[in-house]
Amino acid sequence: MTIGLGHYLTVAACLFTLGIFGIFINRKNVIVILMSIELILLAVNINLVAFSHFNADLVGQVFALFVLTVAAAESAIGLAIIVVYFRNRGSIAVEDINMMKG
Amino acid sequence: MAAAGFFYLFAVLAVASGAMVILAKNPVHAVLFLILAFFNAAGLFVLLGAEFIAMLLVIVYVGAVSVLFLFVVMMLDVDFAALKAGFIKNAKVGAIVGGIVLVELVALFSYRGLSIASTISVASPTPAGLTNTQALGEILYTKYVYFFQCSGLILLVAMIGAIVLTLKHRAGVKRQSIPEQVARSPKATLEVVKVPSGGSMIPAAAKRPEAAE
Repeated sequence: MTIGLGHYLTVAACLFTLGIFGIFINRKNVIVILMSIELILLAVNINLVAFSHFNADLVGQVFALFVLTVAAAESAIGLAIIVVYFRNRGSIAVEDINMMKG
Repeated sequence: MAAAGFFYLFAVLAVASGAMVILAKNPVHAVLFLILAFFNAAGLFVLLGAEFIAMLLVIVYVGAVSVLFLFVVMMLDVDFAALKAGFIKNAKVGAIVGGIVLVELVALFSYRGLSIASTISVASPTPAGLTNTQALGEILYTKYVYFFQCSGLILLVAMIGAIVLTLKHRAGVKRQSIPEQVARSPKATLEVVKVPSGGSMIPAAAKRPEAAE
């Protein structure tokens, strides 16, 4: 059987769902939440590249590049915030991050 | 046929390691499974003919982002067992939300009447005679050059932001202060005292700025 667009989209959907599920079950651990966000962005990239391939349009891959850039910047800033927070409070539990009472 | 085999290999491994990322008890193992997931996604990209993105994924994610995660996980002395509490309680809600999202997405993709399915062409997105990297560069540096510059700015802001956030000025560490050294004058640092004959003189330590610190 040939591998079509649907196969790739299904893989990406599974990864996306795992990312959402990971945010729910690891609610207390910010680092795993960041990793779940990385999984979600990876799923988005798989979608973009799959559509780019099956629609014969290279722009999808260009957009995947930009998503990759933003994901790298986001994780760098997020981890820096976690390090600073841990230095100040000695914990990274999400429940403790309530100073702003948002 | 071989391509289908490789697709299933990469897809199953990517999804399985993605599951291990969120289920692993030890966050170091979670990062290692994240690396495995990215490697398998890179394999999927190679199958799709996007070699440049695949290599970028390996270099940027495995080489930089995952190592950053690993550093942070190992550097922070966090009781990860305590963070794991409430796992089962949250898992129910998560399973409901995640299950609904998965069913919706798979139902959408398997729907045959989707207009995307009818426009599928087998032509490669890469023009004939060009490699994937070359073709990508030719549109990235011409049509999308402003977006390219913009992503460079985003990375610069992220880099400066991360440095500014984590830079710590410890009190009690001696540092060189060049303006202070340049501004030194003999008047402020030298003191001529009159020592009485036969006696001794201990200069007041508090007068010296270095000793006062």
